Parts: sequence; structure tokens; C-alpha cells
Amino acid sequence: MKHNIELKTAFRNSIPIMMGYLVLGFAFGLLMNSSGFAWYWVLLMSIFIYAGALQFAAVGFITAKLGFLDIAIASFFINIRQSFYGLSVLKKFKDTKWMKPYLIHALTDETYALLTSIEIDNSLSKRWYYLFLSSFNQSYWIIGSMSGAIFGASVDIDTRGVEFSLTALFVVLTIEQYKKRRDITPLMIGAIASSTSLMLVGNYMLLPSIVLALIILFALRKQISRGM
Amino acid sequence: MDITYISMAIITMVIVNALTRALPFLFFGKTNPPAFILFIEKSFPPIMMTILVFYSLKGIDVSTAPFGLYEISATAVTIILHLWFKNYLLSIFGSTVFYMSLIQGWIF
Repeated sequence: MKHNIELKTAFRNSIPIMMGYLVLGFAFGLLMNSSGFAWYWVLLMSIFIYAGALQFAAVGFITAKLGFLDIAIASFFINIRQSFYGLSVLKKFKDTKWMKPYLIHALTDETYALLTSIEIDNSLSKRWYYLFLSSFNQSYWIIGSMSGAIFGASVDIDTRGVEFSLTALFVVLTIEQYKKRRDITPLMIGAIASSTSLMLVGNYMLLPSIVLALIILFALRKQISRGM
Repeated sequence: MDITYISMAIITMVIVNALTRALPFLFFGKTNPPAFILFIEKSFPPIMMTILVFYSLKGIDVSTAPFGLYEISATAVTIILHLWFKNYLLSIFGSTVFYMSLIQGWIF
């Protein structure tokens, strides 16, 4: 195959996400199943929505028979953070040609994290690597959620704690990001913004953290650009 | 279950979700983005990664035993493994197994 190396590299880099997505997807499929949804709804959502937090929230929206406008507004606020991801991969996706719509569609928290943190060898075709990486990740999500929907009720393995793999992934990627510039400031901004938001709004901390971090970032922009 | 309602609800979410992902590309796809966007593009990833670490740990209950100690020690294991071996699969697998052993009580 023509893009064998890109495929292999993408697969290797996607393994940590495999663990997280299979388990998280399984939990989602299980929830859908126990809420009375047929397996094809799970499949449709994992293909066409493909957003963890929103899909979990969707179970609540639909069982509560929420109006479409309410669903639209809630979905917007759950996933508006993804717009900031797009902002930081504009250049990366610039020459991806026909792959671009799919790459944008598949830009989840974890895929964004991998794309911006792990550098690949310059001899590789970046766009093929991005395409394979994004597709691997989505396939884990689909396989996980379908398994949950179909076999969920009859499987009995103790997976408690496996969700830590996503935390570990983000910790590792933070270290990789730090290594690029050896500047602790962005990490401090992120830590201050998220701990403040966590104290103020608890579980809904993601969007407030991003907004707060951007405010701090712009307040410190002279200092930071000097370091770049 | 009402198939029409569920389909419409899912289509609504598909559209809004796609929009949140595509927004920056719709705005800045053709033209060169302004300087402040380039600044965000460059300096945001390490900030976002740190926020995601906190986000993934948001469910910890620090008011009752073990007071988040499992998460803190597993995070420390991730950092140590990663600085030591520089192999990110090992860092992630190692610390996850460590965390599972704490949560499921393999050791204590």
C-alpha cells in the first residue's frame, strides 16, 4: 500500500486513545441500550455526531423529549470549545484537500490533542497521517459504542479505573507540549484557569476555563510572544 | 419510541456539532487569519492540554477518603514514567494499570 508508513505511525500513536474510546464508547452504548434505544441509533450517533460529551447528553435530551431549539442551544454550548481547536489547526489542515471535511468532522478533544502534540517525521505525508489517525480514533469510538449497545448487558469485566488512560494521555501530551518550548507559563495559565473554573462552576468547567485562559493569554501576550 | 422525533433530534445535534467544529474554517478558510488568531494557534495547545488534564480529573471527590490521592499518585506515576523512559505508551499503560490497581483494591 502506498501510505503504509503513515498508516503504521497513525496506528501506533492512536493506541492510547483506543483504550479510552473503547471503554467510554462501551459505556455510552450500554447507557443507550438500557435507555431503550435500538443499536442503529447508537451507530448513527457515533458516525455522524461523534462527540463524547454531547452523545451522553443526547440520551437525556431525547428521553426528556426536549424541543429542537433547546437541543440546538444546549449542544452548541457543550461543544463550542471545539471551535477553539479548529483555530489552532487551521494551518495544519490547510493543504489536506478532499480530506478536510472529514478531518474537521473528526476533531474531538483527543484527536486534537494528538494532532497538536505529537510531531511526526517530515518525510511522512502529513495529510494521510491525519486522515488515518482520525479514522482510527473514530473507529474505536464506533466499535466501543456498538459493543456496548449489543453485548453491554451480558458482559462482566471489571474495568473500573481504565478511564484514567485519558488523564494519562493528556498529562503525557502536556509534557510533550512543554518540551517544545520549555516555557512553564502556558501550563500555569491552563492550571489557574481550570482550577478557578472548577471551583466556580464545577463540572461545567471546560468552556469557562478556555475563555478565562484566553483572557489571561491576551493579558500576558507581550511576555509570551517574546518567548516564541 | 418515536422514530421521527429521535431522527430530528439527532439531525439537530449533527448540524450544531458540525458547525462548532467547522466555524473557524468557515471564517478563516480562504483568507489569511488575523494576527491574534495566529497567536492563539501558536500558544493555545499547551494551555488546552493542561485544561484537559484538569477536566479529565474533575470528578474527583476530595472531601471523602482517599481525598483524590489515587488520582494524584497515578498522575505522578505518569509524569515520572514519561520523564524517565520517554515512551508515551509505557507512561499511559503503566499509570493506568497502577490506577486500576488502586481503585479496584488489588494492593490495599
